[in-house]
Amino acid sequence: MYCCRLGAEWLRSKRPSGKGSPGAGQQRAGVSQCMPRWPRRPKASWPGSAIVWPAELGQELLKWNGWGYNDSKFIFNKKGQAEFTGKRYRLGGMVLPTFKEWIEKTFGASLEHKTTSRASLNVNDVPPPIVNEEFLQDLRATKISYSQDAEDRVFRAHGHCLHEIFVLREGMFKRIPDIVVWPVCHEDVVKIVELACKHNLCIIPFGGGTSVSSALECPEEEKRMIISLDTSQMNRILWIDEKNLTACVEAGIVGQDLEKQLAESGFCTGHEPDSMEFSSLGGWVATRASGMKKNIYGNIEDLVIHIKMVTPRGIVEKNCQVPRMSTGPDIHHFIMGSEGTLGVVTEVTIKIRPVPEYQKYGSVVFPNFERGVACLREVAKQRCAPASIRLVDNAQFQFGHALKPQVASIFTSFLDGLKKFYITKFKGFDPNILCVATLLFEGDREKVLQHEKQVYDIATKFGGLAAGEDNGQRGYMLTFVIAYLRDLGLDYYVIGESFETSVPWDRVLDLCRNVKERIVRECKEKGVQFAPLSTCRVTQTYDAGACVYFYFAFNYRGISDPIHVYEQIERAAREEILANGGSLSHHHGVGKLRKRWMKESISDVGLGMLRSVKEYVDPNNIFGNKNLL
Amino acid sequence: MKCYTPVIYKGLSPCKPNAIKSAVLQSEQVQYVIKQLAKEMGESPDIIQEEAMEILDEMGHRMQLGAVRFFAFTLSKIFKQLFQRVCVNEEGMQRLQHAIQEHPVVLLPSHRSYVDFLMLSYLLYTYDLALPVIAAGIDFLGMKIVGELLRRAGAFFMRRSFGGNRLYWAVFAEYVKTMLRSGYAPIEFFLEGTRSRTAKTLTPKFGLLSIVMEPFFKREVFDTYLVPISISYERILEESLYAYELLGVPKPKESTSGLLKARRILSDNFGTIHIYVGQPVSLRTLASGRISRCPYNLVPRHLPQKPSEDIQEFVSDVAYKMELLQIENMVLSPWVLVAAVLLQNLPAMEFELLIEKTLWLKGLTQTFGGFIEWPDNLCAKKAVLSGLTLHSNIAGLVDGHVVLNDKGVEDGAVGEIVFRHALAVLMCATYRNQLLNVFVRPALVAVALQMAPSFRKEEVYSCFNFLRDVFSDEFIFFPGISLKDFEEGCFLLTKCDAIQTSQQEIYPTDKGSGTVSFLSAMFRPFVEGYQVLIRLNTYIPVVNNAYKPRRLKSQLIFRYLSKEMKEAFTEKQFIPAVRNFVFQLLEKGSTQCYEALSSDMQKNALSALVQLGAVKKKKTPNGFTYNVNQEAVGKILDMFDARIPVQKPVAARL
Repeated sequence: MYCCRLGAEWLRSKRPSGKGSPGAGQQRAGVSQCMPRWPRRPKASWPGSAIVWPAELGQELLKWNGWGYNDSKFIFNKKGQAEFTGKRYRLGGMVLPTFKEWIEKTFGASLEHKTTSRASLNVNDVPPPIVNEEFLQDLRATKISYSQDAEDRVFRAHGHCLHEIFVLREGMFKRIPDIVVWPVCHEDVVKIVELACKHNLCIIPFGGGTSVSSALECPEEEKRMIISLDTSQMNRILWIDEKNLTACVEAGIVGQDLEKQLAESGFCTGHEPDSMEFSSLGGWVATRASGMKKNIYGNIEDLVIHIKMVTPRGIVEKNCQVPRMSTGPDIHHFIMGSEGTLGVVTEVTIKIRPVPEYQKYGSVVFPNFERGVACLREVAKQRCAPASIRLVDNAQFQFGHALKPQVASIFTSFLDGLKKFYITKFKGFDPNILCVATLLFEGDREKVLQHEKQVYDIATKFGGLAAGEDNGQRGYMLTFVIAYLRDLGLDYYVIGESFETSVPWDRVLDLCRNVKERIVRECKEKGVQFAPLSTCRVTQTYDAGACVYFYFAFNYRGISDPIHVYEQIERAAREEILANGGSLSHHHGVGKLRKRWMKESISDVGLGMLRSVKEYVDPNNIFGNKNLL
Repeated sequence: MKCYTPVIYKGLSPCKPNAIKSAVLQSEQVQYVIKQLAKEMGESPDIIQEEAMEILDEMGHRMQLGAVRFFAFTLSKIFKQLFQRVCVNEEGMQRLQHAIQEHPVVLLPSHRSYVDFLMLSYLLYTYDLALPVIAAGIDFLGMKIVGELLRRAGAFFMRRSFGGNRLYWAVFAEYVKTMLRSGYAPIEFFLEGTRSRTAKTLTPKFGLLSIVMEPFFKREVFDTYLVPISISYERILEESLYAYELLGVPKPKESTSGLLKARRILSDNFGTIHIYVGQPVSLRTLASGRISRCPYNLVPRHLPQKPSEDIQEFVSDVAYKMELLQIENMVLSPWVLVAAVLLQNLPAMEFELLIEKTLWLKGLTQTFGGFIEWPDNLCAKKAVLSGLTLHSNIAGLVDGHVVLNDKGVEDGAVGEIVFRHALAVLMCATYRNQLLNVFVRPALVAVALQMAPSFRKEEVYSCFNFLRDVFSDEFIFFPGISLKDFEEGCFLLTKCDAIQTSQQEIYPTDKGSGTVSFLSAMFRPFVEGYQVLIRLNTYIPVVNNAYKPRRLKSQLIFRYLSKEMKEAFTEKQFIPAVRNFVFQLLEKGSTQCYEALSSDMQKNALSALVQLGAVKKKKTPNGFTYNVNQEAVGKILDMFDARIPVQKPVAARL
């Protein structure tokens, strides 16, 4: 399937073992040829994230058994202090003096107890490929590049669920793709799908590989040859229409490339899921992705104008590119969220906006989580939410605090002390109860300042105190580096995961409290020896409810089968979410991980409706990743 | 002065009783109902809001530490006067202490006496635990000063019936739930709804229980602990009051002057009180896998919502489970055994034989899982004697024989003698009754063995099943597990060597015939009483044609039903009429079943008939009316009749 978070190594695919595919250079040349020339607008830095964009992505950049770039990771240096390596993120190269203490206090973890992952993939463990020779012959005739190399195949056999990473570190998947193909354009995809139908093979589309729903795992019982259709070479912007503010883009483009290339013309999509460094446009469509700044730009369903998808029945698309049409149920909604079960999205026309002139972070401290939620509710009610507004609970506030880098000057540390004194002593906030909202404003400078005032005024009514830009920015940085943290945890017997839901406003507090409590209890019952980290944040606000994101991690020393225990607890947490009136998923999707609750979520008839679409579009189950239904 | 710093719920934000009241009044739930009513009645919401405020004022507690201290002080004086000892299971109190900090707690004590809630509050106070708020009947408010004092000690008052009044229901439910959600204090109420006049556990009421469970169903709280508490009295303060009441002498209204008059009981001795605080039961654990969550997710939580059938069934199951836990933990005093033996050997029983039988019954009770307070070193004679001393108003020792103390008026009229005797029997029965719920499963198997035409398992079981249905309001059975109850009964009987079972058959052993007879004799008053109460329809012809006393025995109440009750009748008409009728029979000596005079049994029999479909219950503006289906009543009688061989009282064979 395509996925909303994308893992790795999309560039390694430029080293296919089949007949020579065009190199990266040629690809990019192709892009520029296709693209009309646009006047470039000056732009200093990338808005929205704390990332410093790499000048050029090279090969072998991504980890094979963990999240993100090879050179970016948390380590403990010789002094035993935590440090984040690399230069890609603002945190890069900085020492985090309080982090070690936090990790020891929170998890009862100790630096002396370490596990290590295998250094590299053991090719001998990899299941041998199932080969359909006739298909291979036909494929060679199309000149589409492909690979049967073990590393390439394993790389596309998984997403980034905890159990998948665990398998990579310590075991091997039972079933992996048998071949990887790299189409470079829509027509290539049409040919591949035709061949798969002809020979009755299974196709699993692969975008960025950042799935967190087991969506990329191959069904163990699949006996046909499994083709991993890697869209990474379909990464061109085909055209930009400035009059209608749309751009037609190939679906394999990765979030950061899309924004970077659009920015060259002074535009952006504004779609920024936390995985945007790695996840692809096609993956966003296939999972109904949501971006951090959806308050301004909308979620993927609001952004998409036109989709072209190749299915075993043929190509599905609309005849025009219009803002809205009344022609029966919107066929886009069969495609969005189909999770690779119906076909391959090849081209998407997406809304674009001029790059905003001004951007400002902010943060507000609330005496407690209840007041914070009440404030967010009010902001949503008045429909004045900034580009992003998030409320983290106390545990996550402390987590963020632990990632504070060493301050350079005495003056700064003095100021920090003063701030702390003001908030805890003068204003009487309890540091173990207070919580923080982080804000991101975007737009014209004047409007931003006006908007900012409006939001801070509301916050004041709920007992909030402005807490500065710096805290806000660090909050957003945390979401980009947190996936790296899991890899560090894995080295020290700490496993963890995040999950999300959406919930009506009136149940937000109850859901947060109950789910966190359920996790703590389940851990205790399952014999986890140290209290887990169980924390949440409200990450999106809507008119009728909110999106809530949970982090959950625990120290598994003394447990023989940590993954099983982990999965039981995660399942219990999901049950709790559903019992509290939350949804099965807000934006991660269902995949195979959450399939068991689909019937309960959308009723028997609803499930039947989806099945009948699948039946018609793909009667032979060519797109057989077994997601969703 | 005692330093009182109770442990409290971890999530509690402290608030005053008045803050709770205004929170209730402003709550979406109450506001919604107010708006609805305003719309329907065309009144201004302000007027209804005021009405709600009045309801709240009438209902709400004003817990004040001063009042609590005052109460604790006086109560300790009074309790010391009345009772010898109060025994509590310490580990239960410790468990309670943990539970109170963790989740909202609901205390569910058994209800035998007004002393129950006073004693429990006093106990919690003494153990430095948060004082409960208590749902008490509104009739207490009639008591001057005391009502107010109770209120300040944490009681809140509910009207006995308010089913029709939506505003009252909304305000009351929200008041209870607000206190529960905030973890303000443990909530205490009685599942049985009222004091059991017979010391038998009453079938549970569901209203309040479903209110306190709702916050969990809606996930407004993570969990709720239900704590069954068994309170047993060696001698019940209201024992004679109850007996009078059962015989139709009305309950005196609660009044302060009545309380002052009751002073004279202070000089009396009421023995020991046993309080067993059960293991807190997590509602979440009970509900896991049972409750479909959909209905609560699709409607805003503040809208009043009729619970689904699932939920209703669950609430009822929980209620029964809690009562069964109460029964399981109820401490039984030796006197209870004495009373059970004595009742089977009226009018007089040799003292030595009584001791022997009591000792034998002790063993049997323990086999059946009864929880008897009988110190190891206490010899049987002493135990029986001390029981007799404590209960000298009920029975006494005359010439080496134990007899009931029913000679209030010498040479009274026949009616007077019957009444006195009935009084003594009912009082004595109150103590025997404490055994019944422990014995009911094996005993009904024993009765079924005697009823069934053969020893074939199915036939015994079908008799058992019939009895279980008939007595469903009389004893506490977990709904719907008849077979399990039957098997448990058989198991216990096998355990004490009373029966043997083969693949197809169940039969009494030679050794065990005594046990089987004893058990069926123990329940005979109920079997006979019900028949008396069911049989009135065939009675008149029998009397007219040929008087057959033996047959009559098993024919009392239902006769009455179809003869006299051609028209629809109400419970208020039914009870006195039946009472008079049974009274006549007793005067004539045509039955010995004094317990059929008990209004409790009469009500239960009527409701059993309703459940069995022999009587139709209809709701009218003036309450419920009943209509008899004579054919069905006849059928039920046949089931009793055709199968019960008429025989001499089994007790004689013991």
